[in-house]
Amino acid sequence: MTPLLRIEGLVVEGRPPSGMWIQTVNGVSVDVAPGEVVALIGESGAGKTTVALGALGYTRPGTRFKAGRVFLEDREILGLTPRERRDLRGKDVAYVAQSAQAALNPAIPIGEQIAESLILHGIASGKEAMKRSVALLDLLDLPDPESLAHRYPHQASGGQQQRIMMAMAMACQPKLLVLDEPTTALDVTTQIEVLKAIKDVIRERGTAALYVSHDLSVVAQIADRILVLNQGAVVEEGGTGEILARPQKEYTRTLLGAVKPKPSRDVAVSDWNPAEGQKPILTVKGIDATYVNPGMFQTVDREHHVLHDVELDVFPREVLAVVGESGSGKSTLARVIAGLHPPLGGEIALDGTVLPPHSRQRTKEQLRRIQIIFQSPDQSLNPERRIDDAIGRPLELYFGMRGSEKQDRIAELLEMVGLDPDYAGRFPAELSGGQRQRVSIARAFAAKPDIILCDEVLSSLDTVVAARVLDLMRELREKHQVAYVFISHDLSTVASIADRVAVMYAGRIVDAGLTKEVFSPPHHPYTQLLINSVPALRQGWLEDVIATREASAGMASNVMLHDPACPFRVRCPLVIEGKCGSEPPPRRDMGQHHVVYCQHTESELAEHQRLLD
Amino acid sequence: MFKLIAKRLFLGLITLLAISVIVFIGTEILPGDVAQAVLGQAATPETLAALRATLGLNEPAYVRYFIWLGKFLTGDLGVALTNGMPLDRIIGQRLTNTIYLALYAAVVALPLALALGMLSAAWPEGTFDRIVSSVTVFFISVPEFVIALILVLIFAVELGWFPSINPRPRWSDFFPTLGAMVLPMLTLVLTVLAHIIRMTRAAVLDVLKQAYIEMALLKGVSKSRIILKHAIPNALGPIVNVIALNLGYLISGVVIVEVVFSYPGLGRLMVDSVVFRDVPQIQVVAMVFCAFYVSLNILADIGAIMANPRLRYAK
Amino acid sequence: MSQTTAAAPTQRKRSKRARPRPDFWAWLGISIVLTGIFLAIFGPYIAPYQVGELVPGASQFLPPSSETLLGTDVLGRDVFTRLLYGARLTIGIALVATVLGFVLGMAVGFSAAEIRGRYDDFVTWLIDVFLSFPPILLALIDIASLSSDLWVLIGTIAIIHSSRVARIGRSVAMNIAALEFVEVARARGEGLVSILVREIWPSTIRPLAVEFGLRMTYSILFLSSLSFLGLGIQPPDADWGSMVKENLNGLQTGAYLSVLAPALAIAILTVGVNLIVDWLGSQSGRSISEELTK
Repeated sequence: MTPLLRIEGLVVEGRPPSGMWIQTVNGVSVDVAPGEVVALIGESGAGKTTVALGALGYTRPGTRFKAGRVFLEDREILGLTPRERRDLRGKDVAYVAQSAQAALNPAIPIGEQIAESLILHGIASGKEAMKRSVALLDLLDLPDPESLAHRYPHQASGGQQQRIMMAMAMACQPKLLVLDEPTTALDVTTQIEVLKAIKDVIRERGTAALYVSHDLSVVAQIADRILVLNQGAVVEEGGTGEILARPQKEYTRTLLGAVKPKPSRDVAVSDWNPAEGQKPILTVKGIDATYVNPGMFQTVDREHHVLHDVELDVFPREVLAVVGESGSGKSTLARVIAGLHPPLGGEIALDGTVLPPHSRQRTKEQLRRIQIIFQSPDQSLNPERRIDDAIGRPLELYFGMRGSEKQDRIAELLEMVGLDPDYAGRFPAELSGGQRQRVSIARAFAAKPDIILCDEVLSSLDTVVAARVLDLMRELREKHQVAYVFISHDLSTVASIADRVAVMYAGRIVDAGLTKEVFSPPHHPYTQLLINSVPALRQGWLEDVIATREASAGMASNVMLHDPACPFRVRCPLVIEGKCGSEPPPRRDMGQHHVVYCQHTESELAEHQRLLD
Repeated sequence: MFKLIAKRLFLGLITLLAISVIVFIGTEILPGDVAQAVLGQAATPETLAALRATLGLNEPAYVRYFIWLGKFLTGDLGVALTNGMPLDRIIGQRLTNTIYLALYAAVVALPLALALGMLSAAWPEGTFDRIVSSVTVFFISVPEFVIALILVLIFAVELGWFPSINPRPRWSDFFPTLGAMVLPMLTLVLTVLAHIIRMTRAAVLDVLKQAYIEMALLKGVSKSRIILKHAIPNALGPIVNVIALNLGYLISGVVIVEVVFSYPGLGRLMVDSVVFRDVPQIQVVAMVFCAFYVSLNILADIGAIMANPRLRYAK
Repeated sequence: MSQTTAAAPTQRKRSKRARPRPDFWAWLGISIVLTGIFLAIFGPYIAPYQVGELVPGASQFLPPSSETLLGTDVLGRDVFTRLLYGARLTIGIALVATVLGFVLGMAVGFSAAEIRGRYDDFVTWLIDVFLSFPPILLALIDIASLSSDLWVLIGTIAIIHSSRVARIGRSVAMNIAALEFVEVARARGEGLVSILVREIWPSTIRPLAVEFGLRMTYSILFLSSLSFLGLGIQPPDADWGSMVKENLNGLQTGAYLSVLAPALAIAILTVGVNLIVDWLGSQSGRSISEELTK
């Protein structure tokens, strides 16, 4: 059978603004049969998006096709005229971008953007096109499609925007869909709905798909075949089951190895327990915070409360993880502790002494003992300053180090995080993402702190790189006996490093305790939902999850931040009508330092909850 | 959206109030005895005292301010010091003339400039773009009075096609009057045109860098349609701001142009008032100018708000 | 990544900053500007006469000769001399006013971006008030009250610049202040000045350099316009705008040079600055618009 898409020996070159042409894709060949879903797996920079865009005959500015051919059915598309290429884009081959927010035009109503493809390719016009747009929105399970079609993209949520992109892509019933990391930017609980929607639509229409991703677990749910790419070349290819069970190449095995198992009682790594009578080094009590700082013309708005009565303890030398999805307030909490975001109420105490809310009001010692590392390797280091400047500043500030003493210490710190001391004289732009995060870690350790706040420090890194950085962090904690407050949305990572976990939802802590206690029932229904939403590295997991009641209750609506009662009730599979909506959920002590805020008692929860594996 | 607009209007009013304070301070309080400046050589202690009393200069500053503000708001604009004529009549006539001139220039310049700017952005670094770019660099580098002089030299002195001065425009003869005003209009147009073209080009290019434009390419949308339907609606906000910014150039241009061409407009009146130190006239003319300026800016802001769907429909 | 060098332990390799490469047009602009600055500093030493001196034995509006390179003006003074003296005033005033305006504007704009809150709201409103004043009006009022003294001119132009620079400085600084490395500095307890200077300022240099150039051109044009109106530099001092005004009558008798020379000088200098500004502004990456031309 002739393949629907055949890419033969594709070679693509790219050129940095002032440099020479270098090959980014070195002779890649891909076949996609009609109705087949083929996944392109690899880390960032592997060239997967470039190859996928090749299927549309498109190269990004600054890149060009050097060699190779691309056949769509039996037409060679790289040799087509621009007009012919325009004809097939959107009609025979359609693209779904990674970030719907960026890819949808903010000035054109949703329905019109979908209808445009139909009108452009002469399939329908005017009213008929709009009718079909609405039908497409409905096909993708979007609420109230009639009025949604007349709204603008910014009025829809992230998950909805992604499905709108799907609708737009499917409008002309293309034979091939190119999906570029469509769920990467979404929350875990939202990811399920979107994956389901994609899979349903593809199956129903018999569309073939080229699915680009770095997430093997996600790909396992949807792909028939997998191609592994590294540095612009195909490393291995085969059926999904084959690759997952019997990877042949070293690189594939590394990739698989870096995927963490789903969190559960058995997987939770730590056996740690706070010693009897040990006092926490940091106590957080009754913290309320809002989104905006009140200015001249703004009053504090109840709507914008980001944190509600948050209470936490951090014990010396432990790893306390704070997990939640977007809107949970976890990052804000970190910034409140660091003194970057003064809270509206509540207090934070370090070793018993209350800390002033703003970092400028704190003493040098207080500041030294709490350090923070941020998420983005691109933004955490001042691009205009060299590495030794970045690491040297805390040394100067806290210890008054200068000259050769300072340079020596900088070299020590760089070695400690696994970097060559010669990097001290470089600029951040010369380092890779993983290396920059290591520098940020070195900078934090330079102050010899007691607590390090880690705000999603691994989230922007490739899986393999992230795994290595995580190992480094574990090692450093052992050596230097610091406590980590580890903020993350990734439960699997958390399970492998955290001693205790606090789960946040809508600015509140809903579940807190030892990791192995929190990650197994009985626990808060939201924790249950989170854990069940993490894709497992096996085929068929998606269908299993959808079949259960929990997942269907997970259809996200907007998180209500100002709710006086339990904000999770609109998604909760165990909701008690009347009760959950009228009073704040009481605190339940489940023993072993495990605390849950829920209307149900421990035994009720134990009865209803079961983890999928 | 309406909340935003109301807020903007309110801010505009407060701004005007603040401006009135500045104008007042600038003319009546800063050093330099007003009475002395007005009377000049003819000053004797008696005449100085008399003039001071007439001008109410003996009251404390804030009292004088409120008296002045009150009169202004109730329409009592007073009389000019130099010739004693009622200011509302003088200003009314001059304002009309200036508005016609500005509108004339705007109507010619705006469509042309926006079109040229968008075309330049459509084929960046192409031949058309480079030519337009070089020409506009020239025109934004040359002061208005030089452009005016060159135009006068070529079209009035050498070729004799248009008159070089315009002492009394007669609006009843509309079209001949427009014909006589070609040179001052052209001067204004050429400067403002260059600025708007460059800024429009930059605004459109900026929009073209966005991810949703790439998405449109991948949907198979043609280039002309991308620019017209995908890019321009997003560039409207910035373009409205561009127009607002150029109002500033237009107003300073009007002053120079009216002086060079002896055109009886508000700009020339302003310059004359300053030369003759006619304080009441300066104050009123300044306030009228600023009121216009502020109102046009408010309109531009409102336009930018309405052009942006994210502001029109908050979530 | 480059290799480690076998260097002595105390000698570390330091990376160099990227150096931008000017193209032909940029070099043209740079040479024009450098010439202008040179003339501004050394002009009066090169000039054959004094600024108000009447050329002995000459009458008005003479064509160029061996004694007078560009001829004489309305009063019989050497045009070339006055042009050189004019360079000093025009460029000097423009430069000082722009720098002053810039420093003030940046201080206000940067601090507003970092401090936020009520201070920022107030500053933004204040900037808006000043921006609502047509610049020429502000200048006219100032000169009416205070006369055309050199420092009044400089001060007025500086104030006009400061509000515009404050607005753009604030916007640029706010973008940078939101980045993580600035947050890290705040979390370290760094003071306001330290954050503005160490963290924010270095990343603002490029966009603000463009703005500086634009403000310079505005200073030059604005000053000449004021002088042309008779409200700027007063005789016998010369700046290029007042020279145009003085010699207007010459146009009727065909003596164009005394008017064109200063006018061209203004144009050339401003074009030079604009060329540099354009080049600086184009120092960004490629765009989708290139793809559209395929």
